[in-house]
Amino acid sequence: MPIINIISGLFILAGFFFFFTATLGLLRLPDFYTRLHATGKGDTLAVLYCLIGLAVYHGFNITSVKIIFIAVFMFLAQPTATHAISRAAFGCSFMPWKPEGGAEE
Amino acid sequence: MNIFFLIIGMGMCVLVFLCLYRVTFGPNVLNRAAGLSAVGTKTLIILLFMGVIYDRVEMFVDISMVYALLNFLGTLVLAKYIKQSGEVECQL
Repeated sequence: MPIINIISGLFILAGFFFFFTATLGLLRLPDFYTRLHATGKGDTLAVLYCLIGLAVYHGFNITSVKIIFIAVFMFLAQPTATHAISRAAFGCSFMPWKPEGGAEE
Repeated sequence: MNIFFLIIGMGMCVLVFLCLYRVTFGPNVLNRAAGLSAVGTKTLIILLFMGVIYDRVEMFVDISMVYALLNFLGTLVLAKYIKQSGEVECQL
């Protein structure tokens, strides 16, 4: 097995791990804002890892350049979408979650 | 190497079904929008894996690019519509 396959496999495994943690956060966290925090950052990092792994697997040609372009676009677009949804929630005076017996502010 | 991409793609499909739980049973429409955005992101990666498995990446990468753009625009438009229509109930 060539060394380039091992490198791209490691990148894609890291991406799959971050996808798994983001999905776990989306399912298990108690509030809308915390769920958005999990998917917003975890999905961005996981997409970057997976796309860089695929670009390394293909070598240097026009397909690889397009994959890198998708990575740059997702790096800009995913935080923007997360920000838009959370602003829509905050504009509706959607209060963040507090623990049951937590300290009062 | 093809079997590796196949296994990772199947694992990603399982993650998509786990996200569909949040889309279906989310407490309100904002949770559904967040889950839908996550499903779209995972679908983009699954499309590229399918391209690698079928050995036609130069075709699938364009579809994936358009899918990323449409997912981004759909999320933005949905957020703007929710904010302006005010039809979400203001409690958890």
